Formats: sequence, structure tokens, C-alpha cells
Amino acid sequence: MTASAFLSQFAQVALALALAPLLVGWVNQCRAWLANRSAPPLLLTYRTIRKLFMKDAVVASNASPIFRLTPYIVFGAMVCAAAIVPSLATDLPFALAADAIALVGLFALARVFIALAAMDIGTAFGTLGARREMFVGFLAEPALLMVLFTASLISGSTSLPAIVDTLAHRELAIYPSLALAGVAFTMVSLAENARIPIDNPATHLELTMIHEAMLLEYSARHLALIEWASALKLFNYSCIGLALFFPFGVAQGSDEWTAIAISVPVLVAKLAAGGFALALIETASAKLRIFRAPEFLGTAFLLAVLAMLVKLLLGN
Amino acid sequence: MIEILAVLGFPLAGGLLLAAVGHRREAAAANIAASLATFVASVALTARVIVDGPMLVLDRLFFVDPFNVFLVTLTAFVGFTTALFSRPYMRVEHERGHVDAVRLRLYHSMYQLFSFTMLLALLTNNMGILWVALEAATLTTVLLVSLYRTPASLEAAWKYFILCGVGIAQALFGTILLFFAAEKLLGAAGGALLWTELNAVKGQLEPTVLSLAFVFLLVGYGTKVGLAPLHNWLPDAHAEGPTPVSAVLSGLLLNVALYAVVRCKVLVDGAIPTAFAKNLMMGFGLVSVVVAAFLLSRQKDVKRLFAYSSIEHMGIITFAFGMGGPIASFAGLLHMTVHSLTKSAIFFAVGHAAQKSGTQQIDGIRGLITASPVVGWGLMIGTLAILGMPPFGVFASEFLILTTAMREQPWATPLLLVALGIAFASIFSKVQPMAFGEPSAARLPHRPAMAPVFVHLAIVLMLGLWIPPFLAGWYRQAARLIG
Amino acid sequence: MPPFYAQLINLFAAILLLLSFAMLSQRRVLSLIDLFAAQGLALAASTAVVAWGTGQHHLYWSAGLTFGLKVLLLPWILYRLIRRLNVNWDVERLINVPTTMLIGIVLVVFSFNLAVPISQLASTVTRSTLGIAMACVMLSFLMMITRRKAIPQVIGFLSMENGLFFAATSATYGMPMVVELGIALDVLVGVLILGVFFFQIREQFDSLDLKHLESLREVEE
Repeated sequence: MTASAFLSQFAQVALALALAPLLVGWVNQCRAWLANRSAPPLLLTYRTIRKLFMKDAVVASNASPIFRLTPYIVFGAMVCAAAIVPSLATDLPFALAADAIALVGLFALARVFIALAAMDIGTAFGTLGARREMFVGFLAEPALLMVLFTASLISGSTSLPAIVDTLAHRELAIYPSLALAGVAFTMVSLAENARIPIDNPATHLELTMIHEAMLLEYSARHLALIEWASALKLFNYSCIGLALFFPFGVAQGSDEWTAIAISVPVLVAKLAAGGFALALIETASAKLRIFRAPEFLGTAFLLAVLAMLVKLLLGN
Repeated sequence: MIEILAVLGFPLAGGLLLAAVGHRREAAAANIAASLATFVASVALTARVIVDGPMLVLDRLFFVDPFNVFLVTLTAFVGFTTALFSRPYMRVEHERGHVDAVRLRLYHSMYQLFSFTMLLALLTNNMGILWVALEAATLTTVLLVSLYRTPASLEAAWKYFILCGVGIAQALFGTILLFFAAEKLLGAAGGALLWTELNAVKGQLEPTVLSLAFVFLLVGYGTKVGLAPLHNWLPDAHAEGPTPVSAVLSGLLLNVALYAVVRCKVLVDGAIPTAFAKNLMMGFGLVSVVVAAFLLSRQKDVKRLFAYSSIEHMGIITFAFGMGGPIASFAGLLHMTVHSLTKSAIFFAVGHAAQKSGTQQIDGIRGLITASPVVGWGLMIGTLAILGMPPFGVFASEFLILTTAMREQPWATPLLLVALGIAFASIFSKVQPMAFGEPSAARLPHRPAMAPVFVHLAIVLMLGLWIPPFLAGWYRQAARLIG
Repeated sequence: MPPFYAQLINLFAAILLLLSFAMLSQRRVLSLIDLFAAQGLALAASTAVVAWGTGQHHLYWSAGLTFGLKVLLLPWILYRLIRRLNVNWDVERLINVPTTMLIGIVLVVFSFNLAVPISQLASTVTRSTLGIAMACVMLSFLMMITRRKAIPQVIGFLSMENGLFFAATSATYGMPMVVELGIALDVLVGVLILGVFFFQIREQFDSLDLKHLESLREVEE
């Protein structure tokens, strides 16, 4: 374990914390452009978070400790996830502690706590949001696991850095299974990050909202942490997607300082492209009724399973 | 070779001609003429085979051996007699307004094309062409079954098309697997679908592939044979189509489909050391016999009744071929012949009876012997023949099959006996009041064409008492081939 | 690493499988026809790639035949039929979509298992796609079972034919030409006859819903 490994680990987490709100801002900006609206400032998310941190927190009188703890747990889970996902380099000391399945577990942990906190206060919206969130999560998680299994089948390991190592070094070939898994992963990410076909992050319309409904009781630093955590979640998902399906440019072996130096602009460029693609998908599709969510996520699951079967049958 | 081309050429030309000229008064006569020409050509072919033995002609495309030559003659013969029967029958239908001139044109041309596809299926040496011909046979008969355009006939035709279409698609997959197994031995260009080539190398074909292929082939062609539980289309198609079509479906198409199954079975038996194909065929055959026997007693439509009887007899034949051995296969071939002749004779009689009474319901047909002695006696004798009464040929073949079963598959004998008993009781108790009893039938404007009925029954009677030596020789040779 | 054309064939195989599932879940009849045409296109493309990669030149004919028949002619006939029959309805099904999909996955697993021993015996580079071909056949079969209306059933039937063609190409580099021509002719005639048939059904029942065609029973009451 070299010092440079720890350094790249540290750099990666710091970069995630710093870039996550920017990614959200970028996606919002792209959406505005595509919808022919004037775009909000790129740095708006940073300002919102700063503003929220400076306010005094108001907590409902009947809130239990779970409600207070949740923002920290959620934020912590997302930071841990950011440390596991190999976005800059594959030689990550921390990633040894957890593989892809543990990563899914981390996301599930955050989801469970945020749902508990939403129900904690006992408002109608909180419970409604929590129920829908668990509903979506229950459908999305198997699909996500299937996607990760497909990738691990190809590389023979469930550890994310190992997967990226194998995938980045493979010969240039057509992988139908990865294409299917890629589509499935995109669909799952949309659902998990409260994006348009399933949820709309820009609305507070009570009949349709899922994620926002759970946050209504939060304010100030709690809300700031959760907003930041949401941004981190989007960042993490994007990085997982990029690591699995476009693993090129991630530094391998920690000794090559130049490689890490190169990987930063590569990552930024890939994220920018990914964010634009996300905005494009969101603009092009309409929000589904919540009862159609099983179909959407069922399709994602189907694609992920097909990816795995195709991988088993065709061998690539 | 010229005989084969004639056998195939006459119905094809007849079909195209009848489609081109449209319905005239002479169309029915032309239909008979084309069928007669086909029959004469097939007799010539038979004579040639008797003199020269099996032949393989036209770049190995056509193949005649003892197994298919008698089926070719039988098909051409029943095709001819059915054409004779259909002339007065369809005239009555036309006069009663059930079919118009356009549909008669369709009927006559499809009738000839149907004969063509069946003869092609029998004569071809290529398993792929065999498939194509059987599928084409389905297509030509779909329009014949729905000729009346009544709701029930449309439903029957739709069911027929979809079930047989799906079934035959399975058979295509089986054919592909067969080709796949053979291609490695014979090469893609070396005629890996030619039956004669396959038969020559059958011992080296891959057993795994062949057993899977046979499952698909049996299910596929078995749907067309009407083996239970794939028989669903058969009674409907028989009951709702015009009676001549029921006669050729039962008498000929089922035979041809079974012929395809047996051709495949020969290959599979050669490739697989176990009795896999035999057991499968015995199983399907036995299930068909039992299922059909139990459903017979619940029928109220006389054509459906005899359609279920066809399922039963096809089951018996399949069972016989499944048992294998010189005697059972011999009996199976004989049963194919006599069932085909008897069943088409019965349908002729039933057709006239139904026309006289204006209904196909068993309850509505009464006292045929009083109203029209020829039709009544024709139906009664035909029924006795199909039920296996001595001295008809059906008795001989069923007797042979049952005695072989007692010796080789004793467990199956009681099942067969019980099923045959039930079938006897249900058919006889339904047909008896139709023949005797208070007459309900009106006179027909036309003389019924009963000659085909009695000719068929006379042949069946003859086959029960004495089998011509060349025919017996063919049966023996074919039985040796089938194994 | 298999050669590039083999990868392409695998890709087309995956697309075929995907399209089969898409057809299984499709609600609208017109989109169903489009999907069928797309499936034909994938089939023709993969056949052409096999021809190019293995030097089996007769397969070019087969690919051309598939393209002409299944991408151009049959969809055109079906489109015309739908316009002439003036039916544009949504597809009704007997089982809901997610359940159908789950059954579909089970069928895929089943056919993959069935195909493995056979494809191990094959010597073609395309052998691994045999399982996908079988899966396509099974899925079309499922589609025919779960649909209530006449036209989707027919499309299911045609798509089954697609799967069989693909099986023939992947296991053996295609059947002899005369057989392929015969099969193509049968399919074409079949569709034409069905076209006539649809008009007859509609004339009788004023609809193409197959629930009208359920009066004939095994046992008559």
C-alpha cells in the first residue's frame, strides 16, 4: 500500500465532494437549454448548500433521534460510496473493504434511513413519499444487482476496481451483454436518482413527488446535507456507469502520477457528456404514472437478466 | 420418371387450369378427369415399380420405394373416388345456395392443388421439401375448411391454421436439427436432407441431436396426424368443412403426415441405440386411442363422431409403428390402407345422409335404410367395417396389432381393448338408429354417387380375406425398412 | 477472441432476442408490425454477415430473400390489411406484461439449457447463437398464446418463422436453397390466405377478436 494510493483515494473523495453539486448544476443547465429556457447559474447548487448551512435548523417537536441522525448517515453513506467507486484510479485502499454488493447495500442503507426519517414525523406526505421510495427501491435494487453481476461475470470479481481493471484492459470487441446491461443500468439510475420517467426533481406537485416528499420537514444544515448527499448519489451512479461501461482513462497502478493527473480531466469530460445525456433523456421522456413504475423497472430487470444470460451463452 | 412427373403434373395442371377458367358446368367433370388422370399415372408408376423395383430419379429428388408407392396409389385412388362423390354433393350444395360459383372455383382448384401437395410429400426424397409440401397441404385445405364461411367453419379453419401452423413450425425446427446432424457427415451440398442419403449414414448420426429432432418432428407432424393431445383442430376441421374435404382429410392427409413421422422414425431408430422413438410413438398412439375413445361417446355431430374415430385409428397405427417388428409394421401399413378406404367411404355416405336430412346432428338423421337403402346400408356396412368386424380388412389389421401387443407390450393390451370396446359401443349405438328407425330424410334431387362407397368397401372386404401378393410383398419390404 | 464478424453476429442475436421481448410487451398493433420488420432486418443483416464472414455465398440469397419478404413485403401487406380492415386497436392480452416477461425469462433459460449440448456439437462459428434462436421461437410461441386478437397471433407465427430461420443459419449456415425458397413461398402464401381469412372473419363477426372463435368444443353440450 503506497502513499500515492492513499493520496489518490483522498483525491477521489475530495473531488467527489467538490464536483457533485457542479454535476447537478450542469444537468439542470443542460435541461434548461434543451427546453429553451434561460439556464440557472452553474454554481447555484453550491450557493443553496452554503445558504442552508448558514441558517438555523428547525426540527419538529415530536422528531426522534432518527430524524436528526439521518442526514449524517445518508451523507456518510454517500461519501463511503464515493470512496469505493473507482472514478480516478483503481488502486484504492478503501475499496478493498467493500465490493459491488456492499455498495448496493450502502445505497440501501441510505434509502432505509431516509424513509424512516420521513415517516418519523408522521406527516401524510412523508409517509407517502417513503412508501413510494421503498416501492421504487424494491424494484430497482434487483436490477442494479443483476447489472453488477453481469459485469462481475465478465471480469470474474465483484470488486469494482478489479472489474474496471479487467474491462479497461479487454480487447476492443462488441459486447452485446454489456450493451444490454448499460441500458438497464441507465434505467435503474434514472429511477434511483429521482429522475424523470419515475420522479421529477424539479416539482413539488404532491400527487407525483417521491423523493422531495420525504424532505419536506428538513431545514437548514440537515437539508443541506441531504441535498449534498443527493448530488453525491447522482455523482456516484454516474461514476459507476462510467467505470463499468466507459472505463477508459481511469488510472491503473498508483505509481503513475501522470496517469492520475490525466484521469481528472478525463473524468470531468466524461461526466459532462454523461450529464448532458441525462438531461437529454429527461427532456425527451415524459413522467410515468407511479403505477407504471413496475413496468419500467421490470424492463430494466429483464434487460439486466438478459445481459447475464447472453453473457453466459455467447461468452461475451 | 415420366410416371412421377405425370403423377405430380396432372393435379398441378388441373389445379391451375380450374383456377384460371373459373366455375363452369364442366368444372366438376374436369376435376374428376384430372383426378382420374392422376390415378392412371399412379397405376402406371405402380406397374413400373412392380417391374423395376424402387427408383431414385431426377438428381435424387424423387424416390419411390415399397413404403410410399402404395400410399401414392391409395392417395390418387381416394382422390379420384372423392372427386366422383363430390360432383353430385357439391351440386346440391350449390343449388341450396351454400356455395356460389366463385367458391366452387376455389374448391375445385384447391382440391387439385391439395392432391398435388400430398403426392409431392409422398414422392419427394428431400425432408425439407416434405415439410414444405405438408405446410402447403395445410394452406390449401384451410380455405377448403372455411368454404361455407359460417362462423363455425371460420373458427374451425382458424384453429386448423394456427394449430397446424405452430405444429409444423416445430417440425421445421426438427428438420433443421436433422440437417444439422447430417451436414457434418454429408456436407452442406451433398444432399444432407435427402432421405436416401440420411438412411445410408443413419448409424453415424449424432444421437443427442437426433433424439431432440425427433421430439420436435413427432410433435410437429403429429399435430397434423391428429395425435392427442394435439388433436384439437381435427374434429372441428372435419365437421365444418364440406364432406368431400372431410373424406380426403381423414383418408389421405392424416396418412401422409403419419408417413412423414415414420420416415423420420426410421432415421432416428438407426441413430439411437435405445427404443426412444418407439416408446414415444407408442405413448402418443396409446394416448390418442384412449382419449378419442372416451370423447366419442359425447359427440352429437355425425362428422365429428367419425373425426374422433379417425384420431383413434391414427393412434392405433402410430402405436403399431411404435411397437415395430415385421408383424406390427405390416399391420400398421395394412391399417393405414383400410382405414383410409373405409373412412372416406363412411364420409361419402354421411355426406349424402346429412344432405338428405338437412342436418349433421345425429338426432336429426333417422331411418336412412327406409329413406334411401343404398346410403343407409353404405353407412351401416362402413361403420361395421371401421369398428373392426370380421371379415373386413380393419379386423385383420387390428387383430394383428392386438396379438403383437399381447406378446410384446402386454401392459398396453387391456388399454387398447377397453378403448376399442368403448369406441365400438359409442359409434354403434349412435349409427344404428341413424340407419334403422323412423325415417326423417327427404328425397334428394340427384342420385347419390354411391359407387365409390361400395367400391371402397369391397376393396376393404377383399383386403380382409386376401391381400394381393405384390401388395403383401410391399408391406413386408416396407415393414422391414420401418423396423 | 472470436473474429469480428462473429461478434457482429452475436450482437445481432442479442438484438433479435431483445426485439422478441419488445414484441411480447408491445401494446399497439402497428408498432408490433414495425418491430416485426426490425426483427426481419436484424435477421437479414446477421445472415448477410454470416455469408460475408464464412464465404457461404448462397447465404447472400437467403439474406436478400429474408429482406425482401420479411422487411418489405410482409409488413407492407400487414399494414395494408390493417388499413383496409380499419382496425387500429390496442392489443389485448390474457396475462399482464410483467408476468409475461417473467415467463419469457424462464423460457429463455430453458431454451439456453436445451441448446447448450447441441451447440457444443456444432462446428459453425455462430453456434452459440442457437440458444438465442430457440429462445426467439419459444417467445413467439408465448406471444401467440397470450394474445387474443388475430393479427398479433399471426405476427407471432411469422416471428416464430424468423427464429427458425435464425436457428438454421446459426447451426448449419442455412438450409439448401430449394428448401428455403419453399419455406418462403409457404410463408407468403400463408399470409395472403390469412389476409383473405381476416376479411371473412370480420364479415362474420364484425371484429377480429378471437373470443368469437371459441364456440367449438371437444364435448358438445
